[in-house]
Amino acid sequence: MKKIIKLTINGESVEAAVEPNRTLLQFLREDLGLTGTKHGCGLGDCGACTVIMEGRAVNSCLILAIQAHGKEIITIEGLAEGGRLHPIQQAFVDKGAIQCGFCTPGMILSAKALLDRNPKPTEMEIRTAISGNLCRCTGYQKIVEAIESASETIGSEEVS
Amino acid sequence: MNEYSVLNSRLPRIDAPLKATGLAKYADDLKFPGMLYATILQSPVAHARILNIDTSRAKKLKGVKAVITSKETGLIKYGVSPARYDETLFAHDKVRYVGDEIAAVAAVDQATALEALSLIKVDYQELPAVFDMFEAMKEGAPQIHDDYPGNLNAEVHQEFGDTEAALAECDLVINHTFLNKRQDAAFLEPHSCVAIYDLDGRLTLHTSTQVPHYVMRTVAMVLQIPVGNVRVVKPYVGGGFGPKCEATPLELSCAFLSRFTGKPVKMTYSREQVFLHSRARHQFFAEMSLGVRKDGTMVALKNKAILDGGAYTSFGIATVYYAGSLLGGPYKLKSMKYDGYRAYTNKPACGAQRGHGGVAHRAAFEQLIDRTAGELGIDPIELRLKNIMTAGDMTVNELDMSSLGMKECIEAVKEHSGWQNKKGKLRRGKGIGMACGFFVSGAGYPIYRSDTYHSTVVIKLSEDGGTAIVQTGSAEIGQGSDTTMAMIAAETLGISIDNVKVVSGDTDLSVDLGAYSSRQTLMTGHATREAAEQIRGILKRYLAQEMGCTEESICFSNGIVKFDGQPGNYDKLRSHYIKEHRGWTDQPSGEYLTFKEVARMTYLKDGTLVGTGKYKPPRLGGSYKGAAVGTSPAYGCSAQVVEVDVDLQTGEITIENMTDAHDCGLAINKTSVEGQMQGSLSMGLGECLFEEVKFDSRGRIVNPSLGEYRIPTALDMPNVKSIIVESHEPNGPYGAKEVGEGAIMPTIPAILNAIYDATGVRMNELPVTSERLFLALKKQEIA
Ligand code: FES
Ligand code: FES
Repeated sequence: MKKIIKLTINGESVEAAVEPNRTLLQFLREDLGLTGTKHGCGLGDCGACTVIMEGRAVNSCLILAIQAHGKEIITIEGLAEGGRLHPIQQAFVDKGAIQCGFCTPGMILSAKALLDRNPKPTEMEIRTAISGNLCRCTGYQKIVEAIESASETIGSEEVS
Repeated sequence: MNEYSVLNSRLPRIDAPLKATGLAKYADDLKFPGMLYATILQSPVAHARILNIDTSRAKKLKGVKAVITSKETGLIKYGVSPARYDETLFAHDKVRYVGDEIAAVAAVDQATALEALSLIKVDYQELPAVFDMFEAMKEGAPQIHDDYPGNLNAEVHQEFGDTEAALAECDLVINHTFLNKRQDAAFLEPHSCVAIYDLDGRLTLHTSTQVPHYVMRTVAMVLQIPVGNVRVVKPYVGGGFGPKCEATPLELSCAFLSRFTGKPVKMTYSREQVFLHSRARHQFFAEMSLGVRKDGTMVALKNKAILDGGAYTSFGIATVYYAGSLLGGPYKLKSMKYDGYRAYTNKPACGAQRGHGGVAHRAAFEQLIDRTAGELGIDPIELRLKNIMTAGDMTVNELDMSSLGMKECIEAVKEHSGWQNKKGKLRRGKGIGMACGFFVSGAGYPIYRSDTYHSTVVIKLSEDGGTAIVQTGSAEIGQGSDTTMAMIAAETLGISIDNVKVVSGDTDLSVDLGAYSSRQTLMTGHATREAAEQIRGILKRYLAQEMGCTEESICFSNGIVKFDGQPGNYDKLRSHYIKEHRGWTDQPSGEYLTFKEVARMTYLKDGTLVGTGKYKPPRLGGSYKGAAVGTSPAYGCSAQVVEVDVDLQTGEITIENMTDAHDCGLAINKTSVEGQMQGSLSMGLGECLFEEVKFDSRGRIVNPSLGEYRIPTALDMPNVKSIIVESHEPNGPYGAKEVGEGAIMPTIPAILNAIYDATGVRMNELPVTSERLFLALKKQEIA
């Protein structure tokens, strides 16, 4: 039996009827067409499906849509504002942190969750924060550099 | 100073904003009206006769639109190389591994399709199976293919010079063995495709592939429709690394299901199915002898390979050749002998993976060099430099090193790693090691025998003259080929990259063999350059006529036109242009005539402006059997130094530093080159330290998930010092050559040599888990 859920996604409230066994990932991708959230394993191993729920980076493949009832969710589609890339996105572009791009949405959201609570992370804190996001292409170095650079940009934007 | 305005820079990739915002579409993101969902039934047993397949209950399930088996699809054999077509889409008489495909279902949704699978009843008569390559080649082993007695899928025997005689005359001969493990490519995006078969009998396949061209040909062959009726469109692809280099049962099934149902049909592999499909790195057993003179001169190399191929050939013929041919360099040898055998086993088929065929034997060889250096008391770097090839050298097996910055790479890593102060001076438990390697910049020959061009490219100018549209069948799979082509086109046309658009990965646009053997920068790059030159030529001819000057005096760069370095007298042209475009908002101004003006005026005279380019390598290689494999118009090379810290109590290894230098010819995009280098190192590190696809006693994969099959995380990878060495490659576009695969060659042996330096233990079996190293350390203690 379907259940009605209400939640906020990228600042907009959404109401939908979902099967109780539907994952948040399926709900986002298939029901809402938010395909920026990626499906890499469905088992919580890869982090490609990372979204931010209530300020924390979570694997949306491990969460049921009904568990997201009443919650606030940010997906990759919710980051760019007014046609401008979010500073983390911009840093990923500038630093060459993107190759195939399949891990990118999840990486960026893990980075955002980190920088939101820890604006000046150490390299080790960055590496730990993205250790649940696998990337097979980059060797992580340029991703770490991008997050470091985004942390500086965000810091200086806030000061000015 | 940089002589280029676009190339050799650090421009951001043109696809990065789309990917950063989640708007880039991958195959599984596509949706079409009326689309059905498909799944494949795969064998639960490793080796069995199929007695009966009953699909009647599945067909009756509500929501099921089609169920297909070999009865519906026929038994057309396919594979990678025509010499070894040994697969049919669905098994009919036998299944040969856990995962062998038997049937496929299309239904209104995924859940129904899965339920239908469970209703298909297959009666198996189990047969004895064999999972080990050595066992498979023994007499009396279960036979997997009737046509290949002894489970011998392929064998190669090559000899250059008289190796035995040469070894007999050497002052020192060291023997070495090495065993790697079957790897998974573990790209993040599982295979996925949507097939749309329309009423005109035309098929469009949107698929996650590295090789739209080969997929098009295979699908046409298996469906028995004209090649021209198949269009393969590659959306963005979430990594390939080799296994996405051939047509898959997923693509073929969707094509058939769409034909039978008249609807778009989508299928996406689960992560477990990605492991079952495999086609990734083989397991190799290497047996090698290297003979040298007292002074360290290398003389002869004897090399034997045994490969565990799994149940089908896939790329295996090329793989078994590469394991021999890629040892011909970068050291001068007088003679070389190679014997390679690829065995069938009842496991998923292995294929090509980054550094195709070369990685394991390179690891063995570079360890052997390290041992030889130790025995002779020569520094391993000095020993390598003593024997190193330079540009213009030809290997014993006739590979032409038209450019080779190998020496420069070695010197760079020596300097940047602080080798001098570390080698032989570190405390026990700390170690430093180095290794080298090289790889092709594109296979010299296509997979099927043909005089086809390897790449063609079409560049079209937009009617306003403001945009050059590069149209190519080449495959952007994450390596950055779209950006590379945009940069080459922009440089050649003399415009900004912002004025170039790339449409790629579509077989309707041009011929391109795809993203494998690190070929696109060189081959598609050549074709792109030629197409752009053609357009430039058309524009120059027009201008010369209009301005009454010579074509040679005209130069396009940064979007403007100069005549003998001067603005020239173009008033007539500009006023004509402005009159023609009265009321337009983007009228030209400024001191120089612009590319856009010229392009627009030329269009008004000649119609749509199109340039085409093409490339195929010249005839390469010797005339011996198998001489084609390993040939390439150019070779990239690299050297690496790795420093490790080994916990002598537990065997735990920490990779502390990696210094990597790669010669990629001219680095078209330096950031992308570093990205390829760093990615290669992380894949090599994973294979060396923990990656292994494991099987149980019945041939089932024990760790078919990214959690259990561990790949490096951000915590496993150190920061790498990446040094780009630029030689000039005469056969490359603007002097460019490969980086995507050569960079993985030295990683494993550099780590292994460092572990030896730290512990005195020579690890010749992968992966070097802490457990394996711990046991080896214990053994050393006792001895
Ligand atoms: S898809 Fe959710 S962790 Fe891999
Ligand atoms: S960019 Fe390909 S997986 Fe990270």
